Amino acid sequence: MLYFIEQSLNGVQLGMLLFLLAAGLTLIFGIMDLVNLAHGSLYMLGAYFAATFAAMTGSFIAGALLALIATLLVGMAVEVIAMRRLYGRDHLDHVLGTFGLILFFNELVRLIWGPAGMTLALPSEMLTAVQVLPGVYFPLYRLVIIVSTLAVALLLYVLVMRTRIGMLIRAGASNREMVGALGINIKLLYTLVFGLGAVLAGFAGLMQAPILTVQIGMGENILILAFVVIIIGGIGSIRGAFVAAMLVGLIDTVGRAFLPDLMRLFLSANAASTAGPAFSSMLIYMLTAGILVFRPEGLFPAATR
Amino acid sequence: MSRRFNTLNLLIAGVIAALALIPVYSALSGYPFLLSLFTRILILAMAAVTLNLIMGFGGMVSFGHAAYLGIGGYAVGILAKEGFNSGFLQWPVAVAASALFALAIGALSLRTRGVYFIMITLAFTQMIYYVAIGLDRYGGDDGMTIYRRSQFGGLINLSNRTVFYYLCLVLLLGTVYLVYRIVNSRFGLVIQGSRSNDRRMRAIGFPPYRYKLVCFVIGGALCGLAGALLANHTDFISPALMHWTRSGDLLVMSVLGGMGSVFGPVIGAVALLMLEETLSGLTEYWQIIIGPLFLLVVLFARGGIAGMLVGEHRG
Repeated sequence: MLYFIEQSLNGVQLGMLLFLLAAGLTLIFGIMDLVNLAHGSLYMLGAYFAATFAAMTGSFIAGALLALIATLLVGMAVEVIAMRRLYGRDHLDHVLGTFGLILFFNELVRLIWGPAGMTLALPSEMLTAVQVLPGVYFPLYRLVIIVSTLAVALLLYVLVMRTRIGMLIRAGASNREMVGALGINIKLLYTLVFGLGAVLAGFAGLMQAPILTVQIGMGENILILAFVVIIIGGIGSIRGAFVAAMLVGLIDTVGRAFLPDLMRLFLSANAASTAGPAFSSMLIYMLTAGILVFRPEGLFPAATR
Repeated sequence: MSRRFNTLNLLIAGVIAALALIPVYSALSGYPFLLSLFTRILILAMAAVTLNLIMGFGGMVSFGHAAYLGIGGYAVGILAKEGFNSGFLQWPVAVAASALFALAIGALSLRTRGVYFIMITLAFTQMIYYVAIGLDRYGGDDGMTIYRRSQFGGLINLSNRTVFYYLCLVLLLGTVYLVYRIVNSRFGLVIQGSRSNDRRMRAIGFPPYRYKLVCFVIGGALCGLAGALLANHTDFISPALMHWTRSGDLLVMSVLGGMGSVFGPVIGAVALLMLEETLSGLTEYWQIIIGPLFLLVVLFARGGIAGMLVGEHRG
């Protein structure tokens, strides 16, 4: 049972991370109608920037802040140079163009930082585990991830629902011509939204960096999971992204932890140890398939946003 | 068809003639490597042609077409590992397994449209990729060598590289012809009709879902055959066969060559893979050039090479 709680917390933590990525994707899709595969590249850049700046300044926090600014700048530059030209075009064009950007960024990172990958060391006070429940210890840093993501989610909610810029963002999503006609600089708005998405991705990358190694292509597998999240949640819905991210994070982590044991009840130990991991990686996709059968537009279709 | 000798048809004839002469050139010039490169080009071109059937004509943008390359390849590899070397068994199994997978994911994915469809096909391919990684007996993450190519009695010897090349060429041209016939049949017209206006097709009494699903399955099954060829070509299978970037490459080939033309993806495959080969010879960091190039193709050459020659965009 304690193990279950611990694994669930890990699941929540993965879910938080997925939410950060999915929120940016779904925001960009909902407002600019743009499919951005290169979102994972921004996640990777966030991690690389953080590792570099943390090494330069000697402080994790300073490194993280500088990395967020750098990711924001890169994101806005990408929007101005490339993405802006893709608005209003076919989704296939978005996929191909941003696929090209992924190749570009992967190679750029290899050129600048080398193929070896980096590590981002945590400050020593983060390395402890805290007792979250009697007998349940959980690494402090993972708790920090959960709490800070919740804070970001809340900020995002306030920004989109309670501020003037959020109002413009929502208005731009439902009728961009009208917003433009009312004298709002829609180009600037789009650049800002894309930058916001980039910051969210960069934040996810730098938070995850101390847990995994910082390496080329680190954004790709998680990006595909983030796609699954927004399919389940309903594209364009931030609320849906949050619910689906939690669902996917929990099912993935808990499934990986318990499915092999569970299958041992029905299968021979040998068969279970091979089939278990394969089956648990399939679990998410089977869930997605199941949801699509009943809700082809996801759990929270964007119309009810 | 009024202008039989237009630029595009001349280019197609030129490409076919050049492809047919590659083994001769390779033998004369003493670059056996060329033969291997072009065998790969033919096989991937075949995969791109089948993708174009469902994407260019069916309007179903699948970001998971590499799955069938993997399934076809693994069908050959797994059967070979278990001691079934006959191509008469391996290849039909490769096609049938791909068709079944296409039927399953198509039935689910076609309930969605647009971006959902792109992403869901990507997700399902990722799923089968992880399944392949989990297959410890068949190499898991590292992949597995195939020690004997598919055996066809005494009929045809795949271990002869020239013979294998021409077999691939014949199968590629056969696939192109088949797709051409499908596209221009009544079935193909329904498919193209529902690409441009799904609701109207339903209004005049066609169930687009079923037609699209059949089209999706045909595309997948034919690509499974390409997968069987690819496994025989490399004598090796690994999950990398169906890595998502390969699905992306197939998309690029189709678009680069021209989605409006049945033969377009062949031109796209030749162009892309030769470009990759040239660039990777120039610099280790060739992807830094080819990535932005994809973007430029999307922005400025939407009709692809075939579209530029015809000088018009499909509606």
